[in-house]
Amino acid sequence: MSGSCCAKGDEVMILACSGGSNVGQLTNQAAVELTREGFGKMFCLAGIGGGLKGFVKSAQGTPRVVVLDGCPVGCAKAILEREEIPLKSYIVVTDLGIEKNKDRQLAVNDEDLAKVKVAGKAAASLNNETSRPSCCGSGKSC
Amino acid sequence: MEIKVLGPGCPKCHEAEKIVREVVAETGVDASVVKVSDFQQIAQMGVFATPAVAVNGEVKCVGKVPTKAEIAAWINR
Repeated sequence: MSGSCCAKGDEVMILACSGGSNVGQLTNQAAVELTREGFGKMFCLAGIGGGLKGFVKSAQGTPRVVVLDGCPVGCAKAILEREEIPLKSYIVVTDLGIEKNKDRQLAVNDEDLAKVKVAGKAAASLNNETSRPSCCGSGKSC
Repeated sequence: MEIKVLGPGCPKCHEAEKIVREVVAETGVDASVVKVSDFQQIAQMGVFATPAVAVNGEVKCVGKVPTKAEIAAWINR
């Protein structure tokens, strides 16, 4: 969040499953790097999963939310569905041709990481609503 | 009842605070209005975009200036 003004209403919220597998960790690292690069901001999926009202309300009220799941189990997707948060931009890492392994090394491959980041950006762009609110928000979150 | 208006201090945040105070005065409800501009506190409440409004600790609105009708509905429950 910027220190000089309200958070921008067109900010991209990035939610990663951050699961305990190579593909889960790919979502986490992709979310971290996309945040560092200024594409969007990683947000606490755990807060939404815990049903904390501020987190849920923020996700419901943010027009651009990118959800990154590692595998078809779809934990992040399930959390959003339970909290009735629309799933607009959604990526499943295994759908990108990246195999989930069970070696528990949780290693993140640079090539795979780049692929996830590109897919995340593309998904957000495809679902970029025309009614993006301006700085300091004019969205319809209430 | 405690109403918190969350925002660092830009025009939209001031507008949100002003409207909240107006509704409190008009309805005569027993409520204190607190402006929170500290980012750490705002983040702790899970707020991603401001202005936001919380009533008795529950975030009601994020990323927009609420209408008077919305505020009245929150405080009259």
